[in-house]
Amino acid sequence: MSAELMRERYEIQGGNFDTAGEISGEIKIILRDLGIDAASLRRVVVVAFEAEMNLVMYARRGTLTFILTDEEVNLEILDEGPGIPDLELAFQEGYTTATDEMRELGFGFGMGLPNMKRNSDELKIETEVGKGTSVFARIRLDAHE
Amino acid sequence: MKLHDIGDILQCEVLTEGDDLAVDVQYVVASDGMSEILAFAKSKELMITGLTNVQAIRTADIAGVSAVIFCRGKRPDARVIEVAKKKRIPVLVTKMVMFDICAILYNKGLKGVS
Repeated sequence: MSAELMRERYEIQGGNFDTAGEISGEIKIILRDLGIDAASLRRVVVVAFEAEMNLVMYARRGTLTFILTDEEVNLEILDEGPGIPDLELAFQEGYTTATDEMRELGFGFGMGLPNMKRNSDELKIETEVGKGTSVFARIRLDAHE
Repeated sequence: MKLHDIGDILQCEVLTEGDDLAVDVQYVVASDGMSEILAFAKSKELMITGLTNVQAIRTADIAGVSAVIFCRGKRPDARVIEVAKKKRIPVLVTKMVMFDICAILYNKGLKGVS
């Protein structure tokens, strides 16, 4: 078990498109300032950003917790929202339940969850319809690509 | 190809004065879908999009692109430009449509990412 070096918890308000994505931008600055290698940094922030956008688009509210160890970053995104009725379908590239408003923002083309999976070393999603969704992503910090 | 040369060819207006237009660009990622940009951009690409809201700039920052060109003459509002300046991402706008932009840059030797 590697030692925890940093833990930050951010509150996210659903429906607030104006600030959506800001937290992932902050995480990018933290990781860059720590000198984390570019490929790992990119993977972490893509997962964080897609998760943050999903939360803002679909949920009422939630939190994103960022946990840094000397070996990996763990992201925990917990929301109070509609949940995902069919997870397998949601992971299919191109499948979407997005509204026109979400598409006008440039999201909701059915690539968010696939992007998160592609950039995580481990991705676990727990969801309950009508209650919410929890996303746990682990991204190793040793060189990728 | 240098960003300022691309800006000249595409008859761009630079919206973030003072940013580095001497940056060298070899690859291009073009889409109005932000997750598509995130799926394909590896780093330092030129991003072309018709989406002019703040999410385009946040996506550009997360994807690590070198610059953003808004097509079809669509101009972001001042607050979006402020975010781009803060993130030090050069932003340009051209009246050309995405298809023409991509064709011109392809013929100049720039490549897409996949």
